[in-house]
Amino acid sequence: MFGYSMADIGNIVVMQGFSGLSMFTVLLLMALGLAIIFGQMGVINMAHGEFMTIGAYTTVLISKVAASYGFTDYYFVFAIAIAFLLAFAVGYFVEFIMIRHLYKRPLDTLLATWGLSLVMQQIFRSSFGAKEVSAELPEWMLGSFKPTPDIDIPINGVFVMVLAALVTFGVYMFMYKSRWGLRVRATVQNRTMAGAVGINTAKVDRVTFALGCGIAGIAGAAFTTIASTGPTTGTLYIVDSFMVVVFGGAASIVGTIASAFGIAQAQSVLQFFMTSSMGKVSTLLVIVTILMMKPEGLFASKLRK
Amino acid sequence: MTLWEKITSSPMLGGKEGVIGLAVLAAIIFVVLPLSVDIFRLNLIGKYLTYAFVAVGLVMLWGHGGILSLGQGIFFGLGGYAMAMFLKLEASDPITTKIQSTPGIPDFMDWNQLTALPWFWEPFKSLPFTIFAVLTIPALFAYIIGYAMFKRRVGGVYFSIITQAVALILSILIVGQQGYTGGVNGMTDLRTMLGWDIRSDSAKYILYFVNGLLLFGAIFLSKYIMSSKFGMLLLAMRDKEERVRFSGYDVSNFKIFIFCLAAMMSAVGGAMFTLQVGFMSPSFVGIVPSIEMVIFCAVGGRASLVGAVYGTLLVNYGKTVFSETYPELWLFLMGGLFISVVMFFPNGLAGIWDKLATKYGWFKDKAEAKKPEVSTSGVEAQAVLTDVSPATATESTDVASMKATRKKAGAKPLLEGNKMRGAEA
Repeated sequence: MFGYSMADIGNIVVMQGFSGLSMFTVLLLMALGLAIIFGQMGVINMAHGEFMTIGAYTTVLISKVAASYGFTDYYFVFAIAIAFLLAFAVGYFVEFIMIRHLYKRPLDTLLATWGLSLVMQQIFRSSFGAKEVSAELPEWMLGSFKPTPDIDIPINGVFVMVLAALVTFGVYMFMYKSRWGLRVRATVQNRTMAGAVGINTAKVDRVTFALGCGIAGIAGAAFTTIASTGPTTGTLYIVDSFMVVVFGGAASIVGTIASAFGIAQAQSVLQFFMTSSMGKVSTLLVIVTILMMKPEGLFASKLRK
Repeated sequence: MTLWEKITSSPMLGGKEGVIGLAVLAAIIFVVLPLSVDIFRLNLIGKYLTYAFVAVGLVMLWGHGGILSLGQGIFFGLGGYAMAMFLKLEASDPITTKIQSTPGIPDFMDWNQLTALPWFWEPFKSLPFTIFAVLTIPALFAYIIGYAMFKRRVGGVYFSIITQAVALILSILIVGQQGYTGGVNGMTDLRTMLGWDIRSDSAKYILYFVNGLLLFGAIFLSKYIMSSKFGMLLLAMRDKEERVRFSGYDVSNFKIFIFCLAAMMSAVGGAMFTLQVGFMSPSFVGIVPSIEMVIFCAVGGRASLVGAVYGTLLVNYGKTVFSETYPELWLFLMGGLFISVVMFFPNGLAGIWDKLATKYGWFKDKAEAKKPEVSTSGVEAQAVLTDVSPATATESTDVASMKATRKKAGAKPLLEGNKMRGAEA
């Protein structure tokens, strides 16, 4: 196949697979936030990518500060927390100002949040410049580890993977095992009834939306370990993340994980064998075709229509 | 009945107000603008007006059908590229391209080491085929997408997201396949059409007027469709799809039809764009242009055909002025426009105009005109279906006259009640 030996192909698949894993984690974190906002609340947040960019810029700034004070080795944990909190706060504010007036008009949230994303991009450009910036990575995150001489696994990739696993677990616990998650699910299923039993649905909406944005902020922090950040970084991921959520079945965490994995891996491996644009095109094409056959996504709960 | 009365009473044109609105727009496009600006600016306006085709299509698709396609750039691009392929082939005859290693093929193919014209380029040597392709290929593509999605009852948000993904796919594909499409630069350096120099001033004037006439053709066609039974069903579908389906109509076929029609209009716009501007590039195909086209329509008023044209002109004029002088401000302005139109003026300019006209009673026959408002609450529909639905032309005039008498008698006309609800939301 394409003039490679079998052993080569094995190595390529493993290494591309690992570079796909870094993409998978960012995509997964983005999609988790989106699965909450879009899958649960039905809000199409086109500015989701910009919330990720908030997290990325936060991490970059903190890394610069940390570098100048000489505690580069530990800053990353703070950076993740602050990225989350900042994106959460902005999301909370945006929900209050804008989204809550538009719940009944899902298509209009799409346009309004697209407008928001343009404004946010311009804010990033005006305050951080159009040039891409990258974080100073801690010493221990650089380098790679080699199980065999031909395979090379970057440590930062492993790190973001662990991070993504933790966040996914956290989201699962939050949504399915906590009081808050119960309220969120109750509100989504039947708003009026939820209100009647004493749940403050407006507050639930706000916190849920903000939480989704916060997770996008963590995605941004993870993103800085694999690439540099620019004002339009978010737009690179927005369509992919929506595809992940829709493909996985909008309200399913397992589906989101599986489809993020599938999409990231397919792109990464295909991009090696074809040109990078054709890899992306064929992946997206396959997804769109499957979605046309099975519009409710791979892991959707059974519904009668 | 004088001619004037005949025209203004036609339900297709939307009463006196509709006729005056169209006449004013025609006067602006065909008389005021050509007389008041130089050919450079006029060409620019012609370029904006090609987007208006997309906006008019979106008024039908989105404003009346409730289907938000974020992929109208696909069809605009397909139409534009089809025309560009024809013009490019004419511009690369063997004599002008004799310095290439393979004369007679477009320059970008030569740069990408292609030695022969790809098979799918061959038919574009003929103008009739090209025009045929402009009209049919995008519509066919829309049919495939629409058939696959609407038959499975995929609608609303999912449709928007998937059309957006298709727009992304197509733009990546065009950029990636440089040898066949000219890549990110697109197809440039288009000169003549059947030997007629499209870059000369006279050609630009002619193309501007042809474009304007085609646009009016599209508007009249849309008005005709909307005043028909089909238009009424479209509105009913937007507001209460289930009910229309239970009434025995095949909703998906209507949706597919309107989607194909909007695609065809966008494609005509794209072809006229290529002719007037002289190039075509992937930057008019992808996600950003597609969603901008939606905002043109939203600013003008998503349910108003004439409004969509004004919206397109205004937003593009603003874009040109601001992005030339204050490039940083433009994105803020555009973003603010998106947000404020959606949140405060869901009916756009047309909605503002309607409010003013109703307030000051400018057009007395307004209340009788069937003016669909944007439903933002989703509870309407019932009235549309049960009160006015499959009414034939004669019935509807009867209804109108009946309502007029009832209004005199102090009863509240049905449609006015409907309208009020629209305004509240």
